[in-house]
Amino acid sequence: MISLSHYLVLGGILFAISVLGIFLNRKNVIILLMAIELMLLAVNMNFIAFSHYLGDIHGQIFVFFILTVAAAESAIGLAILVVLFRNLHTINVDDLDHLKG
Amino acid sequence: MTYTTAIFYFFASILVFAGLRVITARNPVHAALYLVLAFFTAAGLWMLLEAEFLAITLVLVYVGAVMVLFLFVVMMLDINLEKLREGFWDYLPLAGFVAVLLVIEMALILGSRHFGLEVMGAPAPHAADYSNTKELGRVLYTEYVYAFELAAVILLVAIVAAIALTLRRRKDSKYIDPAEQVKVKRNDRLRIVKMQATQKPGAGEDGA
Repeated sequence: MISLSHYLVLGGILFAISVLGIFLNRKNVIILLMAIELMLLAVNMNFIAFSHYLGDIHGQIFVFFILTVAAAESAIGLAILVVLFRNLHTINVDDLDHLKG
Repeated sequence: MTYTTAIFYFFASILVFAGLRVITARNPVHAALYLVLAFFTAAGLWMLLEAEFLAITLVLVYVGAVMVLFLFVVMMLDINLEKLREGFWDYLPLAGFVAVLLVIEMALILGSRHFGLEVMGAPAPHAADYSNTKELGRVLYTEYVYAFELAAVILLVAIVAAIALTLRRRKDSKYIDPAEQVKVKRNDRLRIVKMQATQKPGAGEDGA
């Protein structure tokens, strides 16, 4: 039988993969956005697993809201990316140093 | 090994493989397609967890809308892939070390000692006429109705923000603003000039 810890460890592995992706692809904004989506998927997996094993539907409601906010976030992120590319002709993170941070 | 267990391991391995390919693929289009595979496989796993509505929503919303948006943007941008992968192998040892450490730490905490079947048993499967969508809707439209409306507002703000960010006015467009047209008054365009009536030299002779 599959226990809760199976799903939690799977979510943990997925989360670590996306952290690795953010480390490795720190020049490419598109892959960074994709890694964030993957991270949210890992979190949602945990929510649904707990919701199933505790018999509590409220966890699924939270996943519903996370999906909504993540969709809005990626839409705005991609819009910013398009504007960025239109103005600078690059999406390299190293070139985005106008704020001198 | 039961059928469910086999399905779980099959889906989980595909999910981990797709996740790894998302972050290592050379071409962003391939990365987006592998992300589609990851979402689809995750939807299968959610099906296994009896969250049918969210599994379908994940496929519809993510695979159907968000990933298509990603593919559009990736294909629209003309980017230099080699330059963006600079430093990929330099960061790998440290990043791999951190990631492996993360997995080990989480496995220690989330392992079967605290969340195994003995501690938290699998719930009895629902009856055949149980509707996940109905239950979700019942809670969503009663207890969480305020949050639900806030989510709608967030989506509206996202629409407006995305359009406002990417909208650009063309200089050579022949478009006329309807508001300007409606606002215009007679006095803005027409000037009535009072002047003395005069007789043309040849006109009077003809009439006589």
